[in-house]
This record gives sequence, C-alpha cells and structure tokens, in this order.
Amino acid sequence: MNVSFILILLLFGAIATYFAGDQLAKKVALVFSLASVAGSIYIFNQHMAGIDTNFRENWISNPNLFIALKVDGLSVAMLLLTTALTSIILFSSFGNQYNNSKNFYALVMFMSFAMVGTFLSADAFLYYIFWELSLIPIYFIALLWGNGDAEERKKAIIKFFIYTLAGSLFMLVAFIYLFQKAGSLLIGDLYAIHLSGQEQFWIFLALFLAYAIKIPIVPFHSWQANTYQKAPAAGTMLLSGIMLKMGLYSVIRWQLPIAPVAAKMYMDVFIGLSVAGVIYGSVVALKQKNIKKLLAYSSLAHVGLIAAGAYTLTLDGLRGAVLQMIAHGFVVVGLFFAAEVIERRFNTQEISEMGGIRIQDNKFASMFMIVMLASVALPSTFNFIGEFTLLYSLYNANIWFAILAGTTIILGAVYMLKMFQHVMLGEAGAKVFKAVTTQETIVFVVIIAVLLFFGLYPKPINDLITPALQEIVTKINRQ
Amino acid sequence: MNTLIAISGLGILSLIAEIFNARKAIVPMTIIGLLAILGLTASEFGLDKGYYNNMVVVDKFSSAFSCLFIIITIFLVAMSHDFYKNQSTKISDFVAIKVFLLAGAVAMVSFGNLSMFFLGIEVLSIALYILAASNRLNLKSNEAGMKYFLMGSFASGIILFGICLVYGATGSFDLKAIYQVIHYSNFPQWYFIGIVLLLIGMLFKIATVPFHFWAPDVYEGSPALTTATMSSLAKIVAMAALFRLVVKLLPVQSYSFQVIIVCVAIASMLVGNIMALRQNNVKRMFAFSGISHAGFMVMTLLCLNNAASVLLYYAAAYAVAGIAFFAVVIYVTREKQNETIDSFNGFGKTHPLLAGILTASLLSMAGIPILAGFFAKFFLLNQLIQTGWIVLVIVAVIASIISVGYYFKIILALYTKDSEQNLPAVPLAYQIVAVLALLLNILIGLFPGYVLNLLG
Repeated sequence: MNVSFILILLLFGAIATYFAGDQLAKKVALVFSLASVAGSIYIFNQHMAGIDTNFRENWISNPNLFIALKVDGLSVAMLLLTTALTSIILFSSFGNQYNNSKNFYALVMFMSFAMVGTFLSADAFLYYIFWELSLIPIYFIALLWGNGDAEERKKAIIKFFIYTLAGSLFMLVAFIYLFQKAGSLLIGDLYAIHLSGQEQFWIFLALFLAYAIKIPIVPFHSWQANTYQKAPAAGTMLLSGIMLKMGLYSVIRWQLPIAPVAAKMYMDVFIGLSVAGVIYGSVVALKQKNIKKLLAYSSLAHVGLIAAGAYTLTLDGLRGAVLQMIAHGFVVVGLFFAAEVIERRFNTQEISEMGGIRIQDNKFASMFMIVMLASVALPSTFNFIGEFTLLYSLYNANIWFAILAGTTIILGAVYMLKMFQHVMLGEAGAKVFKAVTTQETIVFVVIIAVLLFFGLYPKPINDLITPALQEIVTKINRQ
Repeated sequence: MNTLIAISGLGILSLIAEIFNARKAIVPMTIIGLLAILGLTASEFGLDKGYYNNMVVVDKFSSAFSCLFIIITIFLVAMSHDFYKNQSTKISDFVAIKVFLLAGAVAMVSFGNLSMFFLGIEVLSIALYILAASNRLNLKSNEAGMKYFLMGSFASGIILFGICLVYGATGSFDLKAIYQVIHYSNFPQWYFIGIVLLLIGMLFKIATVPFHFWAPDVYEGSPALTTATMSSLAKIVAMAALFRLVVKLLPVQSYSFQVIIVCVAIASMLVGNIMALRQNNVKRMFAFSGISHAGFMVMTLLCLNNAASVLLYYAAAYAVAGIAFFAVVIYVTREKQNETIDSFNGFGKTHPLLAGILTASLLSMAGIPILAGFFAKFFLLNQLIQTGWIVLVIVAVIASIISVGYYFKIILALYTKDSEQNLPAVPLAYQIVAVLALLLNILIGLFPGYVLNLLG
C-alpha cells in the first residue's frame, strides 16, 4: 500500500463530513482524522522497515507533469505532525458550537488533506496545487467562523489571502522557469539541474517571497497578528500549528537544495532577517494586551529562530529546525487552546480583563503552566531540545547571531511569565471560572505528554529525520 | 463545412418551428440538433480538407474550436427558455439568432479565404447587435445596441479596409495564394499596413486596451444573456479568428509586431484589472475582467508554433467559468434594475449550491487550483517564458494578484452579508447549466491532457 491512501482517506473524510449533517459532522471528522493518524503510523513503520511507499503516476504528458508523492524521514515527520495535530484541533473544538458545523469540519478536513499533500508532493506542480489549495479552506474558516467585528475581520483575512497568494504566484513563476530548464518538475530533476549564480539568485528570491510570507519572516509578517486574532480558535491553531510549517518545510525541501549557491552567498542576509524577526517578535510581544496577539508575536519570534537555523545550511541547523517545527506545532496549539479555554468562560481576549483563575481552577493553571514553560524552552521539554540545537547551529555560523537570537529565551520568559501572572494569578474577580471539562483536559494531557516524552527521549524523531536531512545537506553542498 | 451547413439549417428550422406553432419544442429541438452537430464535428476531427475553392478549410484547429463554440451555444440556448419567458412569442427569433451567430463563429475559425472570414465576422456581429438591443422597451438596452452597432460597424470597416490592402498587395483573397506571394516574391509594403488594420479591427472585437471603451457600456446595457454570449462566446471566437489570421498571414513575426502585442497585452491586463476593482455593477466588472482575460489570450500570439492548444485550453476554461458565472448572475439579477454586488448579499445562506458554483467559477477565473483557470494560466505562462518576454510574465502575475481583489468582493458579499430579498425558485435550466459548466470546469482542470493534446 502506498502513501496516496492517506490523501484519499482525508479527502473522502472531508466529503463524508459534509454529508454527515450538522449533528454528526464533528464525530465523523474525528474518526477520519484518527484513521489518518493510524495510517501515518503505518507509513512510519513501513518507512522504518525500509519498505518503499512512494507513489508516482503520470498526470499530464505534455507538459510533463507527475502525481508524485515522496516518503522520506522529513515528510513522514511532517505527515505525523499534521495528522496528529488535526486530530487534536478537531477534538479541541468539540467544546465550541459552530453554525453550519458540517461545513466547518469538512473545511478543516479538506485543509488537512491539502497540507498533507503539500508535505508529501515530490513534483513541484502538484506541490504548488496543494499549497494553494490549503489557502481556500482557511480563508473561509477564518472569514465565516472568526470573531470580532465583521468588517475588520474581512479586511484582515483578505489581506492574509492576497499576501500569501501574491507570494506563491512568484513561486509559480520560479517553477515555470525551472521547468523550462529541467523538462520536468520532479524534485529529483530539479535538484539535478545546473543553474548559474544569477539564475539561482532570482529563483531563490522568488521562492523566498512565498515562504517568507507564509512563515512569516520580518518584514512580511504584517498579516499575521490580525489574522490570528480574528480567526476562530481552530483556525488559529491550524494556521500557527501546521500551516506556517509548510513554509519552513518548503525552505528545507525546495528552496535550499534547488538554489544552494544563492543560499550560501546570501546566508548572512537571510539569517539576519530571520533573527530580526526573533527580536522584533519578542519585543512587540512584550507590549501586547490581547492574549491571542501576544501568542501570535511569540510565535513570530519562534519561527524566526527556526528559519534562521534552516538558513545556516548545516545538518545541525536543519535538524534543530525540524525538531523545533514539531515541538512548536504542539506547543502553540496548546497555548492557543489555553487562550480559547479562557475565552469560552470569560468571553474576552484582553489580558487586563482576566486574572484570578488559579485560585478557582488549580488543574487548568498547572496544565497551562507546563505548556507555557515548554514554550519558553525549559529543559526537559521538547522545545528545549529544538531551541538548543538551533542556537548551537547559529553559534557555529556566527556567534553574534546566537547571542541576538538567544534573547528570545530571555525575552520569551519575560513576556510569557508576565502574561501568566496577569492571566492566571491574583484574587478571584467577579468572573467565575468554571472548572475545565474532561474533554479540555484530554487535549492538554495529550499535548503535554508529547512535549515531555520527546523532551526526555527525542531519539525516535532524531533517527527518523536525520538520514533525510543528511541527504538534503549533501544536495546543498553539491558542486 | 458540413458543420456550417448543418448549423445554418438548424437556424432556419427553428424559425420554421415558429410557423408551425411549435414554440415549446424550439429550445429542446435546437439543443438536440446542436448535440448532433457536435457529434458530427467531432467525428470529422482530424480531417484536413478544403471546400469550394478553399473558401472553407476544415482542419484540427477549426474543428476543435467549433466544438467548443457549439458546447457554449448549447449552454446559452438552454438558458433561453427561462430568460425570454416574458417575450415568449419571440423565442424562435432569439434562438435562431443565436444559432446563426454560431454559424458566423464557425465560419470565422474555418475560413480559407479572407472574404469568407469577413462574412463570418459580419454574421456574428449583426447577430450580436440585434441581441444587444433585443430588450427594446429598455433604454439601456437600446443604448447598448446603438453603441455596439456604431462602434462595431466602424471596426468592420477598418477590417474591410485592411483586407483590401492585403488584396492590393498580393492580388488574392485566398490564404494559400497570399502565402505563396509573401514567401516567394516581392510585395508592396502596404501589405503590413493591411495587417495592422486587420489587427486593430480584431482587437476591437476582442475588446483589448486601447480598443476597449465600448465593452463596459455595452455589457452593462445588454440583456444579461446577451452579455453572457458576448463575453464567453464572441470574445473567444474573435480571439481564435485573430490567432488563425496571424498564423496564416504573418508566419514570421517581426520584433515590432511582438512589441505591439506585448504593449496591448500589458495594457489590457493592467487596465482591465485595475478598473474592475472600482466597479460596483457585476456586468461592468465582468466586462473589465474580460478585458484582462483578453490581454492574457492575446499573449498566445507571441508563440504561434505551439500556442494553439494553450489558446484552446484558455478559451475553454474562461468560457465555462463565464457560463457558470452568468447562469447564477442571470438568476439573481433578473428582477432588478441594476446588477450591483449588493444583489448577492446573503446569497450563500439562501442558495448554498448556486453560491458554491459562483464561488468556484470566480476562483477559476482568479486562477486558483484545481480549477481549469489555474491550469490555463500555468500553461500560458509556461509558453510565455519560452518566448523570453519575462516582463510579460511578471505583469501577468501582478495582474492575477490584483484580480483576486474584485473576484473576492463578490465572494465576500455571498457569505458575509445578510439579505433582505426573496428570490423566486431557481429555474431548473439555470441550475443544470451551472452544475454542468462547473463539472466541465473541474474535469478539464483534472485532466487537462485531453484538451491540450487535441491540437498536439
């Protein structure tokens, strides 16, 4: 059985969810999503056993395009991340009541389908289609089920849409150019072509535009905070947990190996931009009064660090980037879920209107605390391993980058602890905080379990991704 | 040739049906007839042959485009019954005019002689003038018809003048004879003036900048079904005819010709998209969006060797999206004076299926995968990069980004606003046309090879 069945399963899941009706939709979606997790684990086992589950079929003969799916350590890791997080996100939104929930859950499933497709594609054309396809569901999720004033929301969401679309169209141009050179868009053929330094520079830049907007890297980040704030909780989690990983993944999979010379030549510039994002995100987060915006900026800082690590072009940097992508995915979903849990009870996102929660619900306070500490990379959490590896790789590139990027840990601790203090501590106010439900607890427990388990024992993931990354580093260093 | 005869016969038949009081049978009969003609045309595919001293030359190009035109006409005729409900005594006229229009369209892609070409263009244009003014109690429709007639006949005159100059230079209307002259002997330089005049006339018919001024007014004033005919059928017919003309009359392109095409394409894409952003009337917006799409299609003239299939694909994708779009627009705006975007407020909640179709066709025109519009843009840009005009590619990309702005204006109205209006039940014909057009759109999106390989 090859890997395409996961895609079919998810697509079928989206359709089944739509036809299940408003009552059953969420359950059907969760069942299919859990089935896709099982499928991913099966693919993982097959991969570890050395069984080939790639898929390749000719799609369009002229021009020469394929439906090709590639299974290696990197894509399996992202596949597991996507399917697992989709299940968690679906389950976490059980506590919300959405109008037209069949549409909502069907869109979430469809988005999961598109994102899995992006991570698996080995033909740039197919990859581009999935990349664009993932934009449509999140646009509607954020637009129709988001919160806040409808007019402002519309503006924020359309800005996000046009930004990302603009970036990806330049990526399309780059791919078309590469197609003229290689005669096919299969990833292997793209790796094999020889481009002059000048060509590589323009290709690199076009791809950078697409990925920098998606990740986002400063100065292409201005869509992010507003969109995160306006989107519904599930949408924010999808965006921050998985979708921006598409950008980071693409840097590693497509951008660096296709244009390595440009990547090396301008390495300092791109690391510099990423590190600027780290500092900018942290500093701005200090000033935020809205909890979702604060988390959005902290996310900006973290992904900046991941991008910086990837642009060092070393095995350590790439490994740290992938580890931290996974860790950040789980942590950020946990954080946004915590914000959502509070919003369900207090009906606000303003930090100043919160407080006094720990006295009323100790259990929630502890769980939030653990997730929050993981986010500031406390040792023994998964994030510590990721950030440590990233900072180490930056240190090897240039000590100043490491020092500057290292501020994220200090500043991160400052704004996170401050936020925790204002949100959770203090006397119980007039507002009553109902104790967290079992369903909410399960979400936190799963996330915390993942973060602690891989924090203490990261070897399985390390073993999974290292050979694939090693191969990519070889490609980057080819002459 | 058989296609042309059969279509003309069908048109006369639907006029006769009126005499025998078979008004109700006209639309079904015409659709069945057109389906049969479609089968006939498809069966003759690949048969290269000239008829009547090469007046008509049937080749792959003409057959493929004829099939496309017939399919679109079937959609348009299928919507006629409900659209002309209030003028049911004239239904045979309207259907017959559409069928004759199709005959003109087929003549325009299968001509072997410039006089045949001109005949086709006149049949098509006169049919359109009538259709534009067909709502004779409406002032706007009258204005549109008059405007279109004045401007269009002027353009026809220019085309005719161009043909005369070509004749004067080469001594023949026959394309083969002209080919002989321009390849193997000296010919006067006014031949190229003739070509330029032909080009101007055709660019007018396609509505590209700077010959686009008639389009928004005429599109807005005409009855909606006529607007649909103009934008989806007439535009691609004129484009295909221009492509054939340039292939036959200008086999070797000079740099200056390329520069003209590049300028026209850039101006059309930018002006069309930027002006569309500011429109509040859906038909006007579609007129400007059509101008920008014309800019895209004109770019195929830069790479004549292998662009025929790309043009066919782009035209098909654009036309089916336009048909689905208009099937919904006609339904929504039927009772209204103005086709403002507000008419669509809350439509997504009351009619999820039609709203979904409208959304999909708009996304297709904006070039979002997996719909056909995306593949059309991809194949077109792919061809363009080979010609070396990178600047065109960049402008095309920027134009696509701008276009998202106004296509999404409608999508936003569909889903985020609340409506106070009560619409009558959806006529079945519109629903079927919209669903079929969307299915066709998705199918040629998923299997683009079937269309692309037609013209190899």
